[in-house]
Amino acid sequence: MIPSDRSGVRPLGEPFLQVQGLVKHFPLTRGILFKKQVGAVKAVDDVSFELRRGETLGVVGESGCGKSTLARLLVRLETPTAGRIVLDGRDVHALEGAELRRMRRNLQMVLQDPYTSLNPRMTVADIVGEPFEIHPEVAPRGSRRAKVQELLEMVGLSPEHISRYPHQFSGGQRQRIGIARAIALRPEVIVCDEPVSALDVSIQAQVINLLERLQRELGLSYIFIAHDLSVVRHISDRVAVMYLGKFVELGTEDEIYERSTHPYTQALLSAVPLPNPDARHRPGIIRLEGDVPSPANPPSGCHFRTRCWKAREICAAEEPPLIAREADPHPSACHFAARQSASALEPGPATS
Amino acid sequence: MSARPPHASVTDDPDSGAAAHLLEVSDLYVEFRTRDGVAKVINGVSFHLDAGETLAVLGESGSGKSVTAQAVMGILDEPPAVVRSGSIRYQGRDLLKLPPDERRDVRGKQIAMVFQDALSALNPVFPVGWQISETLRTRQGLSRADAMRRALELMDLVRIPGASARVHDYPHQFSGGMRQRVMIAMALAENPRILIADEPTTALDVTVQAQIMDLFADLRRTIQLAVILITHDLGVVATVADRIAVMYAGRIVEHADVHALYRTPAHPYTRALLQSIPRVDQRGQELRSIKGLPPNLLRIPPGCPFHPRCQYAQPICSVEAPPIVELGNGRASECHFAREVVSDPL
Repeated sequence: MIPSDRSGVRPLGEPFLQVQGLVKHFPLTRGILFKKQVGAVKAVDDVSFELRRGETLGVVGESGCGKSTLARLLVRLETPTAGRIVLDGRDVHALEGAELRRMRRNLQMVLQDPYTSLNPRMTVADIVGEPFEIHPEVAPRGSRRAKVQELLEMVGLSPEHISRYPHQFSGGQRQRIGIARAIALRPEVIVCDEPVSALDVSIQAQVINLLERLQRELGLSYIFIAHDLSVVRHISDRVAVMYLGKFVELGTEDEIYERSTHPYTQALLSAVPLPNPDARHRPGIIRLEGDVPSPANPPSGCHFRTRCWKAREICAAEEPPLIAREADPHPSACHFAARQSASALEPGPATS
Repeated sequence: MSARPPHASVTDDPDSGAAAHLLEVSDLYVEFRTRDGVAKVINGVSFHLDAGETLAVLGESGSGKSVTAQAVMGILDEPPAVVRSGSIRYQGRDLLKLPPDERRDVRGKQIAMVFQDALSALNPVFPVGWQISETLRTRQGLSRADAMRRALELMDLVRIPGASARVHDYPHQFSGGMRQRVMIAMALAENPRILIADEPTTALDVTVQAQIMDLFADLRRTIQLAVILITHDLGVVATVADRIAVMYAGRIVEHADVHALYRTPAHPYTRALLQSIPRVDQRGQELRSIKGLPPNLLRIPPGCPFHPRCQYAQPICSVEAPPIVELGNGRASECHFAREVVSDPL
């Protein structure tokens, strides 16, 4: 395989997916017969970004931060409360009929759990070929079997396994089937929601390498949603850090992992256990107290202020916008954005 | 740290009662008799543990790490599980030979366990204080008031903030990290000397995981707790373990001090694992994935079970089971080419 070089050699094309002010609130109701809305879970709260051709945007955050809701909004499995998702100049959520079908062809998804996302009663031929049933213009009926076999080969499965059922495959192989299904219609964008977190360590690398190879071969763009900061760093060109429904920092892989300015990003990075025993007592380790507050009742001002060691009065009063800051030109949503003096990712002096 | 190779000959004097280690597992074999045949899940596992020490048992799903923990704890589902042979000595006594009531006495009082999923391990209809103090009332005969006082102490020990206000709360009112602390408090109720933690942070977010790891490090210092940490996460292991036992297909294939293992892995599997993980502290290069799949335990390959996936494999590997190669300082690797692997730069 060709070694991948992510440091800007691949020309990144124009932005062709724009997300503007995306909001998704889930109502909280009380009462059985006369449901009264008593509040809302602000799962995604004013998120904006762009995706360029051939690019991978990683989205990291802890459980409940809204990253999966964001994924579902992007592929139109949820309707946004406000905001727009514009793909190739068209609002994804305003499309209907044939135009909607064409959009869906272009925007596919890979799900987390390869055990529950494949129908156990369908063969691989049916699962991977099902997109062609809905979009017969892509592959006429007679050519489908060959097409599915070609897809299986692309994702590293044996074309002879076309008549098998999902239970005859391991977790990693099932995820390959899910990926084959996602690329069947040759989409430009694939939203990957935790695609490797259910897999064993030795299998994760196989699937990550596969996703990278397919990106090079097919010119795909990925939105890669994961909680594992190491995997996201590995695969992403740009990274968004999400906390309680908002992007708190957005930058290139380097800007986020080497020069982050938001305290949450810094704390998150410093909590990642490094596979290096010498890094146990590294300088710059930040330990956050407590847990993520409920998204139904987030703190006023900056959502992170209740766990933040830098919090001042202004943080409770005023929400910090996601804008370029003095400390570093990439956008960061913190009134006191600043780079860390010691990177939490540098191993400290050897302790042995 | 007194390091002993996995197959040391402590079992030679079985009834001396003065075993060198707090816990000593020797040559353990466990199989599961299933409809499809006999799955050989543990195939000769040996390790030891001393007071205040943290041993990580690292492996992927199906490697036998959780079954090892269950065997030590005495909570295997028998049948289908069968302990074929071996011994598990706690302070010199072979737990496998104890009558059920004595074995029960060891559980909780000497060796306790916490599980991955705290929400399903706690009873949803009783307050956490009641659950923590349950064993104190039923097994130690403490009065309700005394047991509750002790529950509060335990909640403080595991650093649940505002313990006195939360002792009557129910599990669903706690966050994932706090529930895991409740589980740990329950496990520590009878002052065990060994805590087996089976993937204790896998379900938790990374910031909360770091808090729980700190708690383990604390407990080890303050109450000399010995911990067996079962995990698949190479990062977690590097953060808290003293020693590591790497499991593959029901055997410990490498056993080493944590620093030595990360610097110079001596088994091709360990080496391949270290090379296959993406690193948060490094920019991405192509990951060197391990080809193939972990073996089916109903049909473990002959010779070395890792040979079909191994980049060092030679003809001998598919024929002859590898010897345990001692590499000094308690390091051991079960590989025909252990010396070559350990001196190969990462």
